[in-house]
Amino acid sequence: MPDFVTNMIDASVAWWLALPGVVQYLGTTLFKILIVTVAVILCVAFSTYFERKVIGSMQARVGPNRVGPWGLLQPFADVFKLLFKEVIVPSQSSKFIFIIAPLLSLTPALAAWAVIPMNNWFVIADINAGLLYVLALTSVGVYGVILAGWATNSKYALLGAMRSAAQIVAYEIAMGFALVGVLMAAGSLNIGEIVTAQAGGFSQWFLWPLLPLFVVYWIAGVAETNRAPFDVAEGESEIVAGFHVEYSGVAFALFFLAEYANMILISTLTAVFFLGGWASPLEGLAIFEPYHDLTAIGWFFGGGFPWLFIKMAFFMYVFFWLRATFPRYRYDQIMRLGWKVFIPVTIVWIAVEGAMAWFHFGPWSNLGA
Amino acid sequence: MNQLFSYIKTFALWELLKGLSVTQRNWFRKSVTLEYPEEKTPQSHRFRGLHALRRYPNGEERCIACKLCEAVCPALAITIESGVGDDGTRRTSRYDIDLFKCIYCGFCEEACPVDAIVETRIHEYHMEAPGENIMTKDKLLAIGEKYDAMISADKAADAKYR
Repeated sequence: MPDFVTNMIDASVAWWLALPGVVQYLGTTLFKILIVTVAVILCVAFSTYFERKVIGSMQARVGPNRVGPWGLLQPFADVFKLLFKEVIVPSQSSKFIFIIAPLLSLTPALAAWAVIPMNNWFVIADINAGLLYVLALTSVGVYGVILAGWATNSKYALLGAMRSAAQIVAYEIAMGFALVGVLMAAGSLNIGEIVTAQAGGFSQWFLWPLLPLFVVYWIAGVAETNRAPFDVAEGESEIVAGFHVEYSGVAFALFFLAEYANMILISTLTAVFFLGGWASPLEGLAIFEPYHDLTAIGWFFGGGFPWLFIKMAFFMYVFFWLRATFPRYRYDQIMRLGWKVFIPVTIVWIAVEGAMAWFHFGPWSNLGA
Repeated sequence: MNQLFSYIKTFALWELLKGLSVTQRNWFRKSVTLEYPEEKTPQSHRFRGLHALRRYPNGEERCIACKLCEAVCPALAITIESGVGDDGTRRTSRYDIDLFKCIYCGFCEEACPVDAIVETRIHEYHMEAPGENIMTKDKLLAIGEKYDAMISADKAADAKYR
């Protein structure tokens, strides 16, 4: 390396270290936020491509394959198309709310990433009540949908928003109860500690002792994101496109981004709460212990961000798989499932879990330690 | 007992998993898509595409203005006016087909006693200006000349069934 480059690096390191602690903290945090946000947005872009490819394959089609190699640039083509389109604001709408509604739905979807640990050291905000924070933010996301439906001043948008609100209220409770089970098992609200509580490989994941809660959490998560088969909020056969009927251009793109960011968030949360987050399934095996510190492949045996990504990608695949398989639920059936099936199931399983852990029985024996 | 089993089945999501297995099996199936501009479906020699008017090998127009095609056309797409040709025989002075009206049924081809009007295999064509949908006699004869080899081969292939 030439001298002046080394000098510049040294000078900038010295300049950075000379800054006050607060500025350093703000700087690193902003940088982390930037990394996470850009990564999430890129994931959103490619998950639209992934979705079209997966559903295409399941319907014996090929999916997008024209823009770029294997159609990989398709998401960017879609984004640029939406950016260049006009945002039409209906004349009878409440204009200010109409414009901020997409932001209100996107912001919580991105903000929730603050507490999610990517590996054993990378997390933007390592707060104690991380689980509550996530639960709160995933619920706040529905305000964007409700306000969009209300501000549009269209009957279809209003119906879509009402359906979405009722659905999210119904499933939020089951989701909360499922997370109470996780909280009991981990003995902590800190998401990093929830992950470390599942250390020790495949058999130690909360998936096994909390199997019914895992299923309920996942289905409630699909319902929360308004994805098929619970997408009555935008059921095109009945209410055109639901809450985003009148949105076009960038405003629509933001709703789209929020929906997919929420899907990725739910996938990641399911991986974190029930599948051990960034932990490797091979962690508990003693024969792999010596390889944990290898730089290139250590993550495969010892855990790291790639495992979280793999688990997240698997759940995204399940999202698309469900969409390719199931017809849309009838609205009253969605309500019945949420209120009369999921809530009793979760409450019963929390009681079962508590009893089993109390008597140190089987796989429940060391929960909540 | 049966009720208990169906209860267990419901909570094990049995029917849903069955449905998911169907889509997953299809995921491994090869795609049936034909990527159109590069790949094309096989075509029959009886394909009914763009029309053409044919000539005899000596260059004489086949059409004798009998107007059978005009009469049989269910969409009233053909307009014919007859006159006397250069050699004193009965010829068409106007032979128009409106492609917007035409339903490509092939009745004109079947009605023709002299195999003058035919439908070729050409199916990739377009119009750019109003009025281009009217195929005049000149345009039809030009297509017939240009694709003579293809038309003759198709007619020969179909000859034994007619």
